[in-house]
Amino acid sequence: MQKSGAQILVDSLLAEGVDTIFGYPGGVVLPIYDVLYDSELRHILTRHEQGAAHAADGYARASGKPGVCLATSGPGATNLVTGIANAYMDSVPVVAITGQVATSLLGRDSFQEADITGITLPITKHNFLIKDTKDIARTVREAFHIATSGRPGPVLIDMPKDVSTGMAEHLDPGPVQLPGYRFNHKPNPEQIARAVRAIEESERPVIYAGGGVVSGGAHGELLELAEMMLMPVATTLMGLGGFPGDHPLSVGMLGMHGSKYANYAVSESDLLIGIGVRFDDRVTSKLEEFAPGATIMHIDIDPAEIGKNMGVDIPVVGEVRLALRQIIDRLKPRVATQWRDKITVWKKEHPLDFVTNGQLKPQEVVREICNVTRSNARITTEVGQHQMFTAQYYTFTKPRTFISSGGLGTMGFGFPAAIGVQVACPDETVIDIAGDGSIQMNIQELATAVNYNLPVKIAIINNGFLGMVRQWQELFYNRRYSYTELKNPDFVKLAEAYGAVGMRVNNKSELRDVLEAALGVNKPVVLDIPVEREENVYPMVAPGEPIHKMLG
Amino acid sequence: MLHTLAVLVENSPGVLTRVAGLFSRRGFNIDSLAVGRTEDPEVSRMTIVVDGDDRVLEQVTKQLHKLVDVIKINDITADEYVDRELVLIKVNADHTQRVEVIQICDVFRARIVDMGRKTLTLECTGNHGKINALEETLRPYGIKELVRTGKIAMVRGTKNTGYQENGAKEESL
Repeated sequence: MQKSGAQILVDSLLAEGVDTIFGYPGGVVLPIYDVLYDSELRHILTRHEQGAAHAADGYARASGKPGVCLATSGPGATNLVTGIANAYMDSVPVVAITGQVATSLLGRDSFQEADITGITLPITKHNFLIKDTKDIARTVREAFHIATSGRPGPVLIDMPKDVSTGMAEHLDPGPVQLPGYRFNHKPNPEQIARAVRAIEESERPVIYAGGGVVSGGAHGELLELAEMMLMPVATTLMGLGGFPGDHPLSVGMLGMHGSKYANYAVSESDLLIGIGVRFDDRVTSKLEEFAPGATIMHIDIDPAEIGKNMGVDIPVVGEVRLALRQIIDRLKPRVATQWRDKITVWKKEHPLDFVTNGQLKPQEVVREICNVTRSNARITTEVGQHQMFTAQYYTFTKPRTFISSGGLGTMGFGFPAAIGVQVACPDETVIDIAGDGSIQMNIQELATAVNYNLPVKIAIINNGFLGMVRQWQELFYNRRYSYTELKNPDFVKLAEAYGAVGMRVNNKSELRDVLEAALGVNKPVVLDIPVEREENVYPMVAPGEPIHKMLG
Repeated sequence: MLHTLAVLVENSPGVLTRVAGLFSRRGFNIDSLAVGRTEDPEVSRMTIVVDGDDRVLEQVTKQLHKLVDVIKINDITADEYVDRELVLIKVNADHTQRVEVIQICDVFRARIVDMGRKTLTLECTGNHGKINALEETLRPYGIKELVRTGKIAMVRGTKNTGYQENGAKEESL
């Protein structure tokens, strides 16, 4: 039986197990939307294509399944770009589908034409421009395979209008055959043996765990390895939740705004075990003085990460879960170590701390959100001070509960991502911890949340500044606050205008009650929480300094 | 140091952009690049000459491997290989210079492929050094136009760097 290209596309998505997509209609995707009109595939209409891309990203991070977004050609497609770049930097499996002008109009600067495969070349794991209706089913299969296997990442499918309207037989494409797409699942036994020996011989080992632990489902193995060898675990921003933050072996986050004890532990280690990490500059700061006395072990699925930023002594390329399992099976447990005692002393001497006064502090807000939710919510963030405070003061104990833009640092990510998270986890509490600057970058998605009654809570930590930029101006630009002070709308009234609930925390003593009230409402709630205006995120490693030299 | 990579790629639209884009955005320097079809019409072979130390080369190779359209990469720098470039040179040669140019042509085993009233057009193949030498030798006569291909290369003997049925990417780790 012949089907239209649009029908083949939607049926192929269903065949891949997709239940929900996020999108925005437009001219050349009309044939696809016509099929969606009576399809069982759920479509969430966002109010901006960027919202759709971030929602698909949030959905993927929370569920572990690929997220799918759909947009029209030209401006629709270019509006996805930030979202796709964000997913690429954080290795999130997103399949982005864009409409394109008909093949006869390609390359002629037609109405709403943009070369989206060209534009997204450096920010996708792979992309496709389909030129023939009979290629749709195979392309969709390949796109999902590429997005979800190996090191995950976004894949874009560009679909000209005549490919959507064309008719073809919908044949099962069968297993994927991509001779150029291969990766190592299984680590090299020789490197595993070297890794085991290095761990056995180390006196001051530290685990440096990243997003690969979360996306690779290796949190159980990580916990087992750390406990058996009594190794402290520092996580990156992306790794938060990959190791329980309340565990005695946890030293929290490392790097620019990491805890002092995490950075001290790394700096004094004799073995650093990087697991699913990429030695990002926000972690290492001055590379030459990063873990200077340590043997560097690096476990990752992507061989290109080995040695990209940092010289590696023991490379282990393969699935992190498999690699950790093989290492664990060859090790004998350790009893007690002086190293662990030393870290305990550091933790006591240099705790994460801030000065309290009559004013409500952003750190107090995050801590209270953590208390009220008992570490049991899915938290998304925007980007800036509130994001770092969340990383520092919310205790994440489970993977996929902290969802934040790590690599790209996208303001405006958190709220649409929270919508995607709420769709993936309808029965859970989802909170976007936001800043007053970031939230206004995708505030239009309040309409989406209200439209689908997705009871996302937005906690705006409101200091009337672009706080992180202001902090840098204070510290490095002589307090010249150039365009960082914000004149904001009334967020409570704004929420109400959208049909959401607005609440305000007028003083410190109300905080807990208002938070609890907000969580009790089964609707989207915007919480305006005015805080101390010029609070800084500490500790902090100044740019170019080694990580053990911290301010604050 | 210059490295010569033999890269097999799917003969799909955009593959050259993908490879070239990768080099430019990661800051790798391409010295030359030549591309064309192989014995299999679905597979093209690129000969890429890259400038960089071992660390850069390792990254180049690994990043290339990540491109879905790239099937196989061989760094043949350390192998015994045959390499050739082709050059076309249009050089001034009026009746007073013509004999000299033709003699130079003979020495370099170049061929005259076109003759104008005041110019000769030569074709020459050889390795990078030979082509450079020919160019330098002809320069005093006045080169009107010059075009050269990038280098193409093939490993000597029976070792195969081409596309085989089980042409898996060779993992370096």
